[in-house]
Amino acid sequence: MRERGISIWFFIGLSLLVNGVLIVSAGVWQIFNPPANPVVLFHLHANVWWGAMLLVFGLIYCVRFAPRRQE
Amino acid sequence: MNLALAMLLPERLVRLSAVDYAIIVFYFVLVLAIGWYLKGRANTGEDFFMAGREMTAWIAGLSFLSANLGALELMGWAASAYQYGILATHWYWIGAIPAMLFLGIVMMPFYYISKTHSVPGYLRLRFGESSRTLAAISFAFMTVLMSGINMYSMALVMKVVLGWNINFSIWVSSLTVAVYVALGGLRSAIFNEVLQFILIWAGALLIPILGLVEAGGWSNLKLQIAQNASPAYTHLWSTLGSFHNNPMGIHWTGIVFGLGFVISFGYWTTDFLVVQRVLAAKDLRSAKLAPIIGAAFKMLVPFIVILPGLLGLAVLPMKLTGETMAVATGGHSYNEVLPLMLARYCGPGLLGLGITALIAGFMSGMAGNVSAFTTVWTYDIYRALINKGGSDHHYVNMGRWCTILGVLISVGTAYLVMQFASIMDYVQALFSFFVAPLFGTVVLGMLWKRASGPGGFWGLLAGTLSSIGMWAWVKADHSALRYVALSANARDMAENMYRALWSWIICVLVTVVISYMTQPKPVSELEGLVYGVTAIPQEAEVPIYHRPVFWAIIVGAFFVVLNILVW
Repeated sequence: MRERGISIWFFIGLSLLVNGVLIVSAGVWQIFNPPANPVVLFHLHANVWWGAMLLVFGLIYCVRFAPRRQE
Repeated sequence: MNLALAMLLPERLVRLSAVDYAIIVFYFVLVLAIGWYLKGRANTGEDFFMAGREMTAWIAGLSFLSANLGALELMGWAASAYQYGILATHWYWIGAIPAMLFLGIVMMPFYYISKTHSVPGYLRLRFGESSRTLAAISFAFMTVLMSGINMYSMALVMKVVLGWNINFSIWVSSLTVAVYVALGGLRSAIFNEVLQFILIWAGALLIPILGLVEAGGWSNLKLQIAQNASPAYTHLWSTLGSFHNNPMGIHWTGIVFGLGFVISFGYWTTDFLVVQRVLAAKDLRSAKLAPIIGAAFKMLVPFIVILPGLLGLAVLPMKLTGETMAVATGGHSYNEVLPLMLARYCGPGLLGLGITALIAGFMSGMAGNVSAFTTVWTYDIYRALINKGGSDHHYVNMGRWCTILGVLISVGTAYLVMQFASIMDYVQALFSFFVAPLFGTVVLGMLWKRASGPGGFWGLLAGTLSSIGMWAWVKADHSALRYVALSANARDMAENMYRALWSWIICVLVTVVISYMTQPKPVSELEGLVYGVTAIPQEAEVPIYHRPVFWAIIVGAFFVVLNILVW
């Protein structure tokens, strides 16, 4: 799929990157503004580290499969 | 779940925040953008219907699995895990892995070398036009109906979980699928299926991770389930010696022969919805590897589907019940276990990703149905029976319009089911009638050169009719269950498995008898279609770690180990 045009892995990277940014942002905001009814295991701040993981993977895929690099 | 029940349930299970909506909206924008981007690469029939046959093994393999990984599959099997325990895992392991490996190693060479564009197309090459027509019409008809039923069920889920309007859910999701498949054809469907596969994992994997943290690990989880339900809920095989010893009321023979052999092999090796993805592979080695890659990931799916259901038994403060009881008591039903677990652990952002995973699962399943329907309708019905002399451009246009028509028929079915809920049970049963006999016909066609055209056709017809007959017999007289399913205690799932087994046996017997009574095809016409008269490229010069057989053995070994671990 990389012979012509944009790779599917670039689209996947873009999706993970944007979702990661949004989820980390929400998680960080919640650290400073704790909700009245937190989810179970809130103290683990899953949205921060899970979002960060998506963000990093997304970034790697976006760079690795960026359309310009394939030409 | 029907509409009346949904209306009576609590207003909604979860409330989304702005960031959750942003994630969902971004998903819709991205899938439409992919369809728009790929529209210029779907100009020929080969491009539109077969994605140019240029997919790598990874893309074909993930798409092969994703087309099956619908939202109802995720929520339904999580509910089954809560209700029946770890036995539900059989549908992911013995009910899938051996069949997927068999498809990759044994059957794929014949599908691929014959250069067929569909499973009914293979039947035409092997058995003739009548077998192809029977398989194509039944497949096309059932595919759009199933797609409509899934669409309706998904809209209900969105109503119960999020409080969304049913009409809104049906039209937004179906039109999105129609646009991106009509624009980019199978390539667009496959691209989006791979994206959806990744999102499903990204959105769902956190639930079992956090659930195991809360439960205190697997050993503590088993102890809690033993206290709250029964120790049998965490054993995969040891309770299957009798119909009475396990929550599903099933015997190991039904699981091994009915599910593990007939139903599983029928679905994974002959259902064109999934096989089409593998046919789009760029070469034979990729086509053989794709189902093996799919099998490796299929083995892991219970971690995001079955484990959340089991965790629900241990950590949820309330007891989930059947839907009727849930409505009567104002409680929650089994079907809500996955959304409940999602709401339990996932805050803003993660909740949006989890809901996106459910929507993505639904859309990948629907795109799979629609693209398979489009190909079978255009090549196996329209071109074969209605307009044989059209140009390639004409058939691509037919494919595009057929995509939109298929979606509209699905929407119509969804509204029909909304009015007459019992239709859902009948259509789901109808779908199961065709799968097992079709596997009998295809596997005999591939492995037995003596099988003749009339043998293939009459075997397929007899198997299908006998399956319908057994279903009607049990409907009319419930005591017939002791003959069809070998036990009066058998539940619906057990009945389905034994019915599939008998219909497969009848199909094979009729095919063999009629084949011996009729003239077989000349061997020269079987080249590329049948074992023994087809030259399959050898892989002696390829390093061992590039060979499909090597990876099939690795996946098979993991499959055995996993089964033993939770015996």
